[in-house]
Amino acid sequence: MSKTIRIRKGLNIPLKGEAEKILTNADRSATYAVKPPDFHGIVPKMLVKDGERVKAGSPLFYNKYDEKIILTSPVSGQFTGIARGEKRRILEARIEPDVEDEYLDFGSADPKTLSRDKIIEKLLASGLWATIMQRPYSVIANSEDIPKSIFISAFDSAPLAPDLDFIINGHDEHTFQTGLDALTRLTNGKVHLSINEPNTISKSFTHAKGVEIHRFSGPHPAGNVGIQIHHIDPVNMGDIVWYTDVQSVVMIGKLFEKGIYDSTKIIALTGSEVLKPRYWRVKQGASIESLIKNNLTTEDMSSLRFISGNVLTGSKSKREGFIGFYDSQVTVIPEGNKPEFVGWLFPKINKYSASRTLFSYLMPWKKYRIDTNMHGGNRAFVISGQYEKVLPMDIYPVYLIKAIMINDIELMEKLGIYEVAPEDLALCEFVCTSKIEVQSLIREGLDALQKELS
Amino acid sequence: MKVIKNIRDKIRPHFYKGARFGRFRRAWEAFDTFLFVPEKTTTKGSHIRDAIDMKRTMVYVIIALIPPLLVGIWNTGYQYYQAVGIEPAIWESFAFGFMLILPIIIVSYLSGLATEFLFAVIHDKEVNEGFLVTGMLVVLILPATVPLWMVAVANIFAVIIGKEIFGGTGMNIVNPALLSRAFILFGYPAYLSGEVYTYTRLQEGHQLVDGYSGVTPLSLVAEGKMEALPSDFNMFLGNMPGVIGETSFAAIMLGGLFLAITGVASLRIIISVFAGGIFMAGLFNIIALNEYMMIPVHQHLLLGAFAFGAVYMATDPVTASQTPHGKYIYGFLIGVLTILIRVVNPGFPGGVMLAILMMNVFAPLIDHYVVQANIKRRMKRLRKAQINVKEKKP
Repeated sequence: MSKTIRIRKGLNIPLKGEAEKILTNADRSATYAVKPPDFHGIVPKMLVKDGERVKAGSPLFYNKYDEKIILTSPVSGQFTGIARGEKRRILEARIEPDVEDEYLDFGSADPKTLSRDKIIEKLLASGLWATIMQRPYSVIANSEDIPKSIFISAFDSAPLAPDLDFIINGHDEHTFQTGLDALTRLTNGKVHLSINEPNTISKSFTHAKGVEIHRFSGPHPAGNVGIQIHHIDPVNMGDIVWYTDVQSVVMIGKLFEKGIYDSTKIIALTGSEVLKPRYWRVKQGASIESLIKNNLTTEDMSSLRFISGNVLTGSKSKREGFIGFYDSQVTVIPEGNKPEFVGWLFPKINKYSASRTLFSYLMPWKKYRIDTNMHGGNRAFVISGQYEKVLPMDIYPVYLIKAIMINDIELMEKLGIYEVAPEDLALCEFVCTSKIEVQSLIREGLDALQKELS
Repeated sequence: MKVIKNIRDKIRPHFYKGARFGRFRRAWEAFDTFLFVPEKTTTKGSHIRDAIDMKRTMVYVIIALIPPLLVGIWNTGYQYYQAVGIEPAIWESFAFGFMLILPIIIVSYLSGLATEFLFAVIHDKEVNEGFLVTGMLVVLILPATVPLWMVAVANIFAVIIGKEIFGGTGMNIVNPALLSRAFILFGYPAYLSGEVYTYTRLQEGHQLVDGYSGVTPLSLVAEGKMEALPSDFNMFLGNMPGVIGETSFAAIMLGGLFLAITGVASLRIIISVFAGGIFMAGLFNIIALNEYMMIPVHQHLLLGAFAFGAVYMATDPVTASQTPHGKYIYGFLIGVLTILIRVVNPGFPGGVMLAILMMNVFAPLIDHYVVQANIKRRMKRLRKAQINVKEKKP
C-alpha cells in the first residue's frame, strides 16, 4: 500500500444541507441543454439547425479554434435552438427530448485491443473528449499532445460535495475499469487515482487495475485534482498532464462497452434551502427545475441562489437553468441581498468565519446556513497569512496573484502558475478579508499565459 | 433601526453618481457602510464569503487598545497628582487623565479622517478603515503633554506622505502611526525628549513637590540613574511616567492576548520580537561593558514602548513581512534592533519606534528572499525533470 499523503492546510466549510444517501431516478426534463460557457476557451460553431432531429451522441457544435473538439447531444430529440447572451455569445444549445433515447452507434470495442489513435478518435467523435482536461491552464486537453500522466480524483472534498463512493455504486461495476483501461492507453506515463483515507471503501476505486492508487487525507481542497497533482508529480514548465473525473470515466467506459454516448450521471441536490437534499440520476444537461419541484424552503425565487456545482466554484444558475457539463452537484442557498444594521460590530452567532473573530470558532460542531452576501467591500491586500492557511501547495498565493495583477508572465511562471487552477484557490477567495476575486484573477493569469505561449 | 433605514433610503439617491451630491458619494458610502453591511452579493467566483471583513478586523484592534488606553488615562492623572504630592482617588486620576486625553483623541481622529475622506472624494475610491486604528495608535504613543496642533499636523503628514501617496491602506511602506510620531520626534524633539511627560501646567492651589522631575524610566536609564527606576511591579502595572499607552505591560499583554486569540495580529511576529529582545538583552548582559548593558533582561521588556511596539506596531499586517517565514526574521530583528539602539545609542532611548520603522522598510526585502527560495525550489525541480526526460529519450 502506498503512503497516505496528509493534507494539513485547508478548510471544510460547515454548511447545512448535505445530501442524504437516497438515489432517485429523475423524470426526464422538458428541455436539455449543452452550455458552451462550461467549456473555458471554446468558441462554439453550430453544426445543427433549428428543428433538426438529433440522437444521443449527435454533434451539436465544434470549437472554432480546434475543430476536432465537438460537443454532442446528451439525449435524442429535437434541437430547438440556442440562447444568446451579451454580445450574442451562445449560452445554451437546447434540445427537446424524446420519451426514449435513441443512440448514435460508435461501435463497442475493448480498449485494451485498440490503438491510442483509435481511442482518441472514438472519444472525439462521441463528444466525450471534452471530459478530459489538462494542466496547465485547466482547459479541455489537446488531442495531439501526449500527457506526462493522467490524474483522477476519486473523492470530492468541496462543501456539501457528493460522495463518489455512493455514486460509483449506482453505476455498473466494471464500466469504471473499462474507462480506466481506455485512459491508460492515452499516456506513456501512469494513470494516478487518488482516494480518500479512510472514507473511500468502494472496490471500484480501491481495487482499480492498471493505475497507481494514492491515498489522501485532510480537509478540502484535498479532493481537488490540482492539489493531488502537486503532491504526487507536480507540473513543471513545459509539462502537460491530463485529468478527468469519476463519472466521466464511467461514461468513457460505457462508450467502449456499448458503443454509445450514455450521458447518465448521478448528481447530489444539496444546500440549506432544499427540503430533502438527496441524490438523483439524470442525463447530462438536465434542467434544475425538474429536481426541485416542491422541494424548496421558499417559492420566492429572488431570495434563492441556484448554483450548478458547489458553493465555491459552481456557476450561478437559475430555477430554469441547466446542470453544467462538469458538475455532479446542484446547490441552493439563500441570497444575501438585505442590508444589515452595523453588521460588522456585533459578534453574530449564526455567521460563519474561518478566522477566530466570530463565535463560530468556538462551535466547531455547528452547521451554518450561509448566504451570498459579500460581508464587506473590496479592499487592497491588507491582512497577510490568510491564504496560506487554506492552500496546501508550496506556492505563495498573494505573490502569484500580484504577479497576475501586473501581468508579469515571467514572474507568474516562476511563482508556479502552471500548477494552479481557479478551483484550487477558491478557499483563498472565501476567507479573504479584502474580498478579492481570486478565482477570476487566476483565470486571467492562465489566459494571459496561454495567449503568450500559443 | 427601521427609522434609520428609512432615512438612509431617502438620502441615498442624492449621492448616486451624477446626482446632486454625487461628488461626495465616497464620503457617503463610508458612513453608509459603517451603519449597514451593504446588501452586495457575490457575482463571480465563490458564492459564499467569510463573514469577516476589514471593519470587523479593525474594530478588534481598537478593542485590544482599550486596556492600555484605560491604564493610560488613569496613569496620566495619577502621575500629575504624584507630581503635586496628592494621593488621589482612582476616579480623580481617571477624570484628570480623561480631560487631558480626550481632546488628543478627538483631534487625532478629526485630522486623520478628514485627510482620508478628502483623498477618497478626490480619487473616487472607497474610504479605507485603516485610520480607525491609526488614529488611536497615534494617541497612545504620544505623551499627554503634546500640543494639539502638533497632533493634527503630524497626522496629516502621516496620512499623506505615509499612506495616500502610495495608494492608500494596503500600499503603504511604513506604519503611518509611527511616522506620525517620528515626525514629531524629529520636528519638535523637545516635546518627545522623555523628560516632561507629566502635565505640569498646575491647577490652582497645586504645587510641585520638591525635587520632582517627571523623567521617564527610559531616560533615567539613559542617564545612568538605575537606582531611581520604579519597581518592577510598578513598571508591570504601568504606574510610571511615560507616553499615554505604553507604560503598562499588563494592559498591553491583555490586549495582545485578545489579538492573538482572535488571530487578528500575527502571534509569530509578537513572539519573535520578544525573542529578539531577550536575545539581544541577554547578549549585552554577557558582554556587560557598562551599567546600561547590565540591565536585566526582564527590565528591558518592561521599559519604554517595547511591549507596545511588539504587540500593536510590529504586527501591522501591511508594513510587516507577509510571508510566514519572513515574519520570524522581521520580528526577531525588530527585537534585536530595539535593544541595540537603546543601549548603544542613548541619543534615542525610545528605540522601538525607530527599529520598527527601519524593519518596515526592510520587510519587502525579507519577503523577496523568502519568495526567491520558493522560486529556486521550483527551478530545481524543473531542472531535475528535464534531466529525467533527456535520459529517457535515447
